Parts: sequence; structure tokens; C-alpha cells
Amino acid sequence: MAQAPRLKVPEQAKKGDIVEIKTLILHVMESGQRKDKDGKTIPRKIINKFTCTFNGKPVFTANMEPAIAANPYFKFFAKVEESGTFKFSWTDDDGTVTTAERKIAIT
Amino acid sequence: MAKLSRRETLVLGAGCAALTAVAGWGEGAQAGPREAADLIAKFTGGKTAQKGKVALDLPEIAENGSIVPLSVSVDAPMAADNYVSEVLVMAEKNPAPEVVKFNFTPMSGKAEASTRIRLAESQTVTVVAKTSKGEFFTNQKLVKVTVGGCGG
Repeated sequence: MAQAPRLKVPEQAKKGDIVEIKTLILHVMESGQRKDKDGKTIPRKIINKFTCTFNGKPVFTANMEPAIAANPYFKFFAKVEESGTFKFSWTDDDGTVTTAERKIAIT
Repeated sequence: MAKLSRRETLVLGAGCAALTAVAGWGEGAQAGPREAADLIAKFTGGKTAQKGKVALDLPEIAENGSIVPLSVSVDAPMAADNYVSEVLVMAEKNPAPEVVKFNFTPMSGKAEASTRIRLAESQTVTVVAKTSKGEFFTNQKLVKVTVGGCGG
């Protein structure tokens, strides 16, 4: 997780608009099904949870299983009634949490 | 692919449990429709999900099972007293059938999400949506997979 997650969030919106959000984080999403060349199972290591909140209130959550492709991508929507901050978090199986945020202004 | 011996397959590094199961070499931890149905029943609390209201967008043929684009959209008002709270995605023939569970709130604006999933083989993908009123809606789509997702 050396690279920052990629986010696409509009900087401005009108009050009551439903805005589109796209997120992508680089992660191998090792499923725990694959084997290495010696036939040993490669242990599972995935991002198991993604959340998005706006001004502290939940907007969207994805509880992921190993069947989510590598570099998990999500597109979803948020209804904005006020200016504020979107916060995003990705939780790894090993407990690491990667976070990011974006501000949006009501015009 | 089926002509390869088991050893060659492993040497090639294609040690994919899902694919070996397809080719009949055993060892695969394939879940099957029953486990998927059990998990859906657990999600709905035994209620029958009605067909409709859920749009499921998946390719008819996925050349690469390790990246299959999926979009789910539920027709719902997303008002404070009536919104889609959860959407469960199941792939019955994956080693573990549960794919993802989305949680929405009225702040989502729309009960719509897209991601990319893995499919071990050709199969029916099922989505079940739960509303805040405790109603369940479902939809299914058959996807033909050319090369299995291999879980990687």
C-alpha cells in the first residue's frame, strides 16, 4: 500500500445533488485459494472493508470477501445537502487502515 | 488446459483450487448452490426475496474471471423511512460464494454501486437487496467465464 488511493469526487455540487464517487486502492487481494510453486497455500490477505462517511455520517460501506478483484474499485453515490468532508477508509486483514478524505463545497 | 497433468499444472504456477475442481482433479473447495442458498436464507431471515426492482449489470461472457465488472442498482426512494439498507452479492460456484455486501443509507442518494469481482467459473450471480422496511428483492444473471478467476 505504498501508493495513495485514487479518488474521484467532485469539488463542488448544488445542494441536494447526488454526486458520483469513484475509488480505487492498489492491493493484491490475495484470496487464500492460490498456491505457490511448492504447492503451499498463499495465505489470505485482502482488504475486507471499505467505508465512506460524509461529515461523520455513514454513506456507503462494502464488506468484501476474497471474490473482489485485485485493486478494489468502487463507484457509488452520495446526496450532499451541505458543504463538508468525505472520509474514506480501507481496512486490511492485517489490521492496517488506509484513509483518505476529500472536501466538497455547496455552491 | 485439461491435457496438462496435475504436476505440470503446479509447475506452471496455475495452482488454482477453483480451476482444478473444474477439471475434475478434486481438491477444490467449491461451495455450490446449496451453500449460497443457505447464506441467502440467513440474510433474508428465511423470507422469500421477490423478483424485480433490482437491476444487475454483468457481462454475458467474461473472458477473464479475475476481473468481472459488476453494477447493482435498486429502484428505491432512499428516503429516511424507506431505503435500501443492504445488498448482498453471491457467486454460487466460487470457492466461497459470498462476494460482497454493500451497506447504503439515505445519504447514499441512490442504491447503486459498481465494483469488479472474481468468478471461478461460469455460473449464476445472485443479488439480494434488503430495504429498511424488511422487504427483500432479488435478481440473477448467468455469466459465462472463459478463463477462471483462480482467486487471483
